[in-house]
Amino acid sequence: MDVSQYLDMFIEESKEHLQACSEQLLALENNPDDLAIVNEVFRAAHTLKGMSATMGYEDIADLTHKMENVLDAIRNSKIQVSTEILDVVFEAVDDLELMVQDIESGGDGKKDVSNLVDTLNRIEAGQPVDVTNEPAATAEEVSMEVVTSRGIPYDEFELTVISQSAEQGFNALEITVTLRDDCLLKVARVFMTFEILEKSGEVIKTVPTVEQLENEDFDQNFTIVLLTQEDAADLKAKVLKVSEIEDVHITHITDEYVQKYKQASLNTCDPEPSVFETTVVPVTKAATTNETPKETIKTKKTTTSNSNKTIRVNIDRLDILMNLFEELVIDRGRLQSIASELHNPELNESVERMTRVSGDLQNIILNMRMVPVETVFNRFPKMVRQLARDLNKKIDLEIVGAETELDRTVIDEIGDPLVHLIRNALDHGIEMPEERIANGKPETGTVTLRAYHSGNHVFIELEDDGAGVNRERVVSKAIERGIISPEAADTLTNKQVAELILASGFSTAASITDVSGRGVGLDVVKNTIESLGGHISIDSTEGKGSLFQVQLPLTLSIISVMLVELDEEIYAIPLSSIIETAIIQKSDILNAHNQPVIDFRGTIVPLVDLKDIFEMENRSNEEDEFQSIVIVRKGDSLAGLVVDSFIGQQEIVLKSLGEYLQSVFAISGATILGNGQVALIVDCNALIK
Amino acid sequence: MTKVSEVSEMKVIVFQLMNKEYAIGLDVVESIEKSLSITRVPRMPSYVKGVLNLRGVVTPVVDLRERFDMEYKEFDETSCIIIVSHAGAEVGLIVDDANDVMDVPTSAIGPQPEVVGSVESEFISGVAKVDKRLLVMLNLEKVLQPIKKGNTDEF
Repeated sequence: MDVSQYLDMFIEESKEHLQACSEQLLALENNPDDLAIVNEVFRAAHTLKGMSATMGYEDIADLTHKMENVLDAIRNSKIQVSTEILDVVFEAVDDLELMVQDIESGGDGKKDVSNLVDTLNRIEAGQPVDVTNEPAATAEEVSMEVVTSRGIPYDEFELTVISQSAEQGFNALEITVTLRDDCLLKVARVFMTFEILEKSGEVIKTVPTVEQLENEDFDQNFTIVLLTQEDAADLKAKVLKVSEIEDVHITHITDEYVQKYKQASLNTCDPEPSVFETTVVPVTKAATTNETPKETIKTKKTTTSNSNKTIRVNIDRLDILMNLFEELVIDRGRLQSIASELHNPELNESVERMTRVSGDLQNIILNMRMVPVETVFNRFPKMVRQLARDLNKKIDLEIVGAETELDRTVIDEIGDPLVHLIRNALDHGIEMPEERIANGKPETGTVTLRAYHSGNHVFIELEDDGAGVNRERVVSKAIERGIISPEAADTLTNKQVAELILASGFSTAASITDVSGRGVGLDVVKNTIESLGGHISIDSTEGKGSLFQVQLPLTLSIISVMLVELDEEIYAIPLSSIIETAIIQKSDILNAHNQPVIDFRGTIVPLVDLKDIFEMENRSNEEDEFQSIVIVRKGDSLAGLVVDSFIGQQEIVLKSLGEYLQSVFAISGATILGNGQVALIVDCNALIK
Repeated sequence: MTKVSEVSEMKVIVFQLMNKEYAIGLDVVESIEKSLSITRVPRMPSYVKGVLNLRGVVTPVVDLRERFDMEYKEFDETSCIIIVSHAGAEVGLIVDDANDVMDVPTSAIGPQPEVVGSVESEFISGVAKVDKRLLVMLNLEKVLQPIKKGNTDEF
């Protein structure tokens, strides 16, 4: 079988399952007695095992299999959950991730896992009860003895539903459909079968699960349990009408059968093999509240259909959509400027309506490219756990607002800077447990990772209750490294001092650890964030902890700008950098050494004449009594940009200057205005030191 | 341009610079534009005239006269901009006049003579003699070397 076409899907889903594994394992560590969590991990591992075996990645299948055995032993209370065991399981998950990554980058996913397999085997054998190598299979065999038909395992809830619906005259039918060997569109056939059956009754269970069926993760046959009032023979005839179906086998689940089954599971004391369960967790609760079976079934149906309402779209297609929309935005600007010249009320009205509709469209398209930051955050808990153990510190990671959404392009870039920041907080921020106790703090340090929306920005904050920034140490280091002069040091605010640690070539760690502190890192973080159009600030109180705040733009392709005129050319200044605009008298301009400055609301702000920067010849405004300035900021530093005049605010589409002009000083890109002219976008970050 | 050597003829666009005739392969030419409004880009070499909006794409424009250190000439009614596509990027070239498409037999293209006018020889890939005309073939690779200087901030 040619599996290469499924490779992408395999990789993506493996990652999801591994992620689920690590999340649940972390949860398990906190609640070692919660068997529901073990079941979750088990399910993820089992699916992964099936998938990798199908794709021919034996090593992954092998390792997951051993992991599954250990989990099964935990589930059957044959071994106790302990940190040591979890360490090994975590290690296994790590290795699996490496292998999946290897496959993704074109490798064969092979890795020597014999050591780990041995350890897992030892854990598994380390208890009095003799565990077979195939616990899942044994469980199935046990039920096979009692259940005469195909041996579908039912949990208590499903049995209750079946017996209750029997009282109301609904028959529970086990419909096993066998597809022809040469069936090409298995999923389509499954779908058609479902459609027919759902017209006749309620589907309460499928083997394999709906997800597995959708992913074509099954052989030639699948079983559906249906509650219906229709005759079995009629149903069989209907289902057989679907082409490429070899055979349909219908068994009636009688009440006695249900009783027998219940008895059997009681006798064997074996928890039902939950591997095959569909989404039961939320439903089990509903069952206890004596609802009629119909209603409970509906709850269940909604949970399944909810999960089906997303589609995967290739990011390239979204990019094309975005590009086309950008063209539209340019034409919209053109229309607006034509309409404002013509003063035709009808034209104005329709242009206005188009503007509104395209504004909505813009929101939708941007939202489609939005991904929750969770996709970045979810790898952190495991990382923090590992680092904390390596550093012998006790640290809790709290994540708030993981559902906050950000543009895909920003998400792709933000991961590494955050890793740096977290490592830094763990290594330099949080103190050793003894030190914390001595300082009257709780032994366990807390690191909070927070994300939220505010205006057109997304903020990501990392707060720790550690030692904070030591002013003296940072200042003396900064002087030693020549980052600041000794004279300047005294005038710096605490915030400015804290932000010195972002300067390049700065590292205050007394000893270089392998966690962080190679002296590169935080400045790289700062550069990455600024290249994304965001900025980072630090608030720190010595002894209390630090707060790193990263501000990021929601999107990178359509931005709001202020258009200004310079020597009869139009330039755009991103609104995100603008504090305000002002018109000042020439007499207000002071000189600090060779730098013209103004007193702006009590702050000394340097003036930058954009015409000087852009080497323009025409300086007609020199004689003007009044000058227009735009106050912009980069982090906490301000600057006043001198321009000829303000034109107004506009939404524009960011375009690159092309391959030929690879780097232009103080220009971050270009855009096309309503009149077809190109306007350059001023890069304020390059203008402020 | 050399890759079409197995074909006996290649189509070229002939254009004028200081009354001399130059040629570039038709396959790299996207279009020829008459005057379009150009936005100046600051702090660029003088031969980079700026950028223009070519049907929604921001396209840089190079004045070939200045690129070859020739005498400066204002954009007049015969001047035009040849849009070429090179290494995935489109660039406009300002020339004095472009008025001819010719078939040049590949056999007529020879190596450049030691001295060809005032144009630096590195910009030239060869010369073609057709009838009594001498066409100088441009080496786009050299003419359009990307501008990298100043700060390294890229967007």
